Amino acid sequence: MTRLNMLQAINTTLRGELARDERTLVLGQDVGRLGGVFRATDGLLDEFGPDRVVDMPLAEASIVGAAIGLAAAGLVPIAEMQFLGFSHQAFHQIGAQLARMRYRSQGRFPMPVVIRAPFGGGVRTPELHSEALEAQFVQSPGLSVVMPATPADAKGLLQTAVRSSDPVLFCEPLRGYRLVTGEVADGDAPVPFGKLRVARDGTDVTLVAWSAAVQVAEKAAEALAEEGISAAVVDLRTLVPLDEAGLADAVAATGRCVVVHEAPLSAGFGAEVVATVNDAAFYSLEAPVARVAAPDTPYPPGRIEDHFVPGVDRVVAAARATVKAA
Amino acid sequence: MSGFAPQFRPEQGEATPWTVLRPDGGLEPDRAATMTDEQLREACELMLFSRAFDEKGFSLQRQGRFGTFSPVRGQEASVVGAAFALDPARDWVVPQYRELPALLRQGLPLEQFMLTFLGDPRGGAAPEGVNVLPIQIGLAAQLPQAVGLAWGHALQGRDSVVAVFCGDGASSEGDFHEACNLAGTLRAPVVFVVQNNGWAISTPRARQSAAATLAGRAPGYGIPGALVDGNDLLAVHQVVADAVARARAGEGPTLVETLTYRLGDHNTADDASRYQPAEELEAWAPRDPISRVLTHLRTRELWDDAHDTAVRERIAARIDEAVRTVEAMEPPGVEHLFEHVTETLSSRLQGQRAELQAQVRTR
Ligand SMILES: Cc1ncc(C[n+]2csc(CCOP(=O)(O)OP(=O)(O)O)c2C)c(N)n1
Repeated sequence: MTRLNMLQAINTTLRGELARDERTLVLGQDVGRLGGVFRATDGLLDEFGPDRVVDMPLAEASIVGAAIGLAAAGLVPIAEMQFLGFSHQAFHQIGAQLARMRYRSQGRFPMPVVIRAPFGGGVRTPELHSEALEAQFVQSPGLSVVMPATPADAKGLLQTAVRSSDPVLFCEPLRGYRLVTGEVADGDAPVPFGKLRVARDGTDVTLVAWSAAVQVAEKAAEALAEEGISAAVVDLRTLVPLDEAGLADAVAATGRCVVVHEAPLSAGFGAEVVATVNDAAFYSLEAPVARVAAPDTPYPPGRIEDHFVPGVDRVVAAARATVKAA
Repeated sequence: MSGFAPQFRPEQGEATPWTVLRPDGGLEPDRAATMTDEQLREACELMLFSRAFDEKGFSLQRQGRFGTFSPVRGQEASVVGAAFALDPARDWVVPQYRELPALLRQGLPLEQFMLTFLGDPRGGAAPEGVNVLPIQIGLAAQLPQAVGLAWGHALQGRDSVVAVFCGDGASSEGDFHEACNLAGTLRAPVVFVVQNNGWAISTPRARQSAAATLAGRAPGYGIPGALVDGNDLLAVHQVVADAVARARAGEGPTLVETLTYRLGDHNTADDASRYQPAEELEAWAPRDPISRVLTHLRTRELWDDAHDTAVRERIAARIDEAVRTVEAMEPPGVEHLFEHVTETLSSRLQGQRAELQAQVRTR
């Protein structure tokens, strides 16, 4: 075990995967000489050379489109979107092409493609850099949507993603890149998709979150504990595939649930969690499932983003109300 | 090779940029300035303003008083030369994010620009009558929009021309090619100014396109292209003024590539020393676009020490005034999340606003 932050976990995992399988290659904007704008690919160019760590022209659609072709040629591309916000420029290639290629070709062209993309708020980035767009991709059948919250999961889920023969959107919480640290297994420790993680046990209410919202939920659980409310925190880890059984069990155990996410409320993935809980655990519910999300407004500039990104106090308030509900 | 088809060799494009003002401050033989002496002095002051603002912005950013921003440093002649080819009363500037002096010349208050980079939503409130679109962070997204703007004006019989800016990196995006293609088809009165500053963050120009020049792509879109020395105020002005005149006369768009160099970091969050060769920076330093104009003006006795001092004091005072103004403003609150999202707020959004406001009050 080694203590790493998210970025270090991602960097060592990429290094390990490039070394393990020579069909893998990393491609994106500024991933080579610079090592990525956040240094996630630092040192890889020197170690693996310019055919395997490739600085691409500034064009997201061609990065993903090329990854599709590379995969069809038998390679394993790991593409980087500099920010998830700029995946819109590639959305057609991701949603309408990459995600359905296996189906379209009736299995001839599986797509072992990973798209890594930092996202999320709280770091005062310029416009279009912070949006949590995961729900858009969940509606692209064929694509796995992976949202690690800890360095250990960043490594384990990324290993699974690279080794998967299906395409994966791997969203990285940029707020946690340097801030979130933890013990990470050395060597191989792939984490399976579709298996949620219980981040904290509790008996009164279950807080459901993913990515950087997990740390918010954990802090809220600490605050709630001081009020005598015992909150469990579950980290979904992967939105597609979703651990429906795990979610049902976790909610049934407390009978109360609050979902927390950074994306706007309406049609956010929280709505899917509520619907799933209704389907799978309705009769164990003692209160309606609450959602804490961003408002349905554009991601705002830095000076007011703390009002936009759900904070600990909003989660605490929602959990308290849920627990007090009859 | 079979020899049936004509061989177009992309790497052999015409690559000599148009120059008027030599680095020593004199003019190229047979070439004359298209700017009046007064315009030249004004343009020089605007370039100096931009440089001073970059320096102030960097130091404020380091003190945590200013947000991430991308300096104009090294590219002043490209931006200011093009801006002076426009008539701010009827022409429009559609920026990327590195064209502050063109926005100022169009009449945008400096405070407005600063608010944007402070992360304040009120920065977007450009006054009516200032012919600019908001700065654009999504690379090349502004280009098709600029074509539509120019087209829309033409449809309404206005004689406005739109100058739209982007970088060499952005010229690889699909939006760039679609915009050039559309503008050619519509003969829209738009001038594409591609500032080729050698870099897109860490990616060098050579890694962006195998084309010998970016302007050389123009014939493929059926439009004229021009390559110009981007560190030469007079040359940029001349080429863009010519493109504006043709656009105004109904002759359609032009693709202008200004060959310049980004002196240093991409933005305040970057560290260019990780990739930008020191020799390259040194080689470009003597071609500084500002000292070139200053030498010219001084040789012609249009600029002297007294004027220089007065100009720099005026600039410093104006920047300080803007800093004071924005720092004295009441910080934006929760309500600014909801203002201007739509004309009227849906009941759902009204509920969300009330909830967040209550939350902030109990904080
Ligand atoms: C669509 C999109 N992709 C990626 C980015 C991130 N990004 C911001 S600036 C930049 C480089 C831009 O280079 P260039 O177009 O040459 O302009 P310059 O900054 O050099 O003036 C990148 C990749 C972005 N803003 N928009």
